Amino acid sequence: MTDKKIRVLIAKPGLDGHDRGAKVIARALRDAGMEVIYTGLRQTPDMIAEAALQEDVDVVGLSILSGAHNALVPAVIDKLTQNGLNDVKVFVGGIIPEDDIPNLEEKGVYAVYGPGTDTQKVVAEIKTAIIPKSE
Amino acid sequence: MIDAEAIRSGNRLALSRALTAVENNTPDSKRLQATLFPFTGNAHLVGVTGAPGSGKSTLVNQLAKAFRQSSINEKPPKIAIIAVDPTSPYSGGALLGDRIRMQDLAGDKGIFIRSMASRGALGGLAHSTAAFATLLDSAGFDIILIETVGAGQAEVNIARLAHTVIVVEAPGMGDDIQAIKAGILEIADILVVNKADRPEAENTARALKIMLEMSRGGGMTAASKHLMRSLAEKKVNTNQKDEKTGWETPIRLVTAIEGSGIDTLVDDIRRHKAYLVSSDLWKVKEAYRLEKDLEALIKDKLVDQWQENLDEEKYQALLAEIIQRKRSPIEALDLLL
Repeated sequence: MTDKKIRVLIAKPGLDGHDRGAKVIARALRDAGMEVIYTGLRQTPDMIAEAALQEDVDVVGLSILSGAHNALVPAVIDKLTQNGLNDVKVFVGGIIPEDDIPNLEEKGVYAVYGPGTDTQKVVAEIKTAIIPKSE
Repeated sequence: MIDAEAIRSGNRLALSRALTAVENNTPDSKRLQATLFPFTGNAHLVGVTGAPGSGKSTLVNQLAKAFRQSSINEKPPKIAIIAVDPTSPYSGGALLGDRIRMQDLAGDKGIFIRSMASRGALGGLAHSTAAFATLLDSAGFDIILIETVGAGQAEVNIARLAHTVIVVEAPGMGDDIQAIKAGILEIADILVVNKADRPEAENTARALKIMLEMSRGGGMTAASKHLMRSLAEKKVNTNQKDEKTGWETPIRLVTAIEGSGIDTLVDDIRRHKAYLVSSDLWKVKEAYRLEKDLEALIKDKLVDQWQENLDEEKYQALLAEIIQRKRSPIEALDLLL
């Protein structure tokens, strides 16, 4: 009998030092029965991709408030691909201008969440996003 | 299908996927474990346990760093870390935060860190922690540091799994009666008083020293004595000629966050391994662990088999009778098995 749990890495790339949002999401995913790995502040794309590899996560959630998302998000996705993690799904949360969202989605992000997002929406969309992998 | 050969040759993705397979108990994981088992038995398993907030993750971080830097002349040992955190009994989810204290180790390909949720297992470890250690052993890691769930007094499963157990205490955690209670302190091969920069640290170390002096007979720790007794019963031969040459549990004052006292601790861990090997206790511990692993597997299998053949209707009927206090659980047991 298998007992598969959804594993999620919540990471904060870049230099902003405020992780309340990341913790709220981490807590909500935990309460939804997922195993959430939180790595703390100020992670480089290399560190995030390496943690995702070692922890064999299904999903990576990036929390970015610094405005550097256009540089950081593609960098993380590139590193994930280099590590052979093409099937890992990525979402972004934080302060992201609407104009930037299509660009991030094109890079491979499946969802972008702003302040005030219902955490249940995040939970539901993770479950949908990973369906191809678990089949 | 995960390639067993890839794991042995150091493919980190294959290793990581294999750990997941083992944790989820997939059919593929059984084949992998069977294939890789002959290549195990080389790693030094070091357990780190102690109360929540005593500084286990920070200590593990420093130990891994020190081990990687310590051998100037030889190749530094490859280090794996298994960090176990509790699963919520209500949601089944878990927040695994041990990596937060291990950021120093990022970028070193000689270190592999894996967080693990306890998934309802008691005793400080997850159900598949032992299987994780075996897999990492087969992948060529020389030292496997196993950080338990923040443990209280009875989470002592790590003593069965690890060759060397480090118990971490922080100052101001209780009076000296706490120190003489049975349980977690008895399993220590090395006792660490962390946060030694705090004023009460010396008092804590003193209380622990008195505890050790009271419990020590013939220089051996309670854990070693227990092991030797169980072996004598089974008539296993060891080189342990004189109990007085046994291991003396050191008490070390450490400030893990600053890294002070870490070098001594690294020496202690090496010394303890040398002691285990020279006294044959190493082999003894391995034999004991493998037997216990087999027992656990048998128990799991028996429960599975029982559940497969279970007459659900009969089970529910008996359960209802128990709830109505018409029948005792003991009687029901005879009817169910």
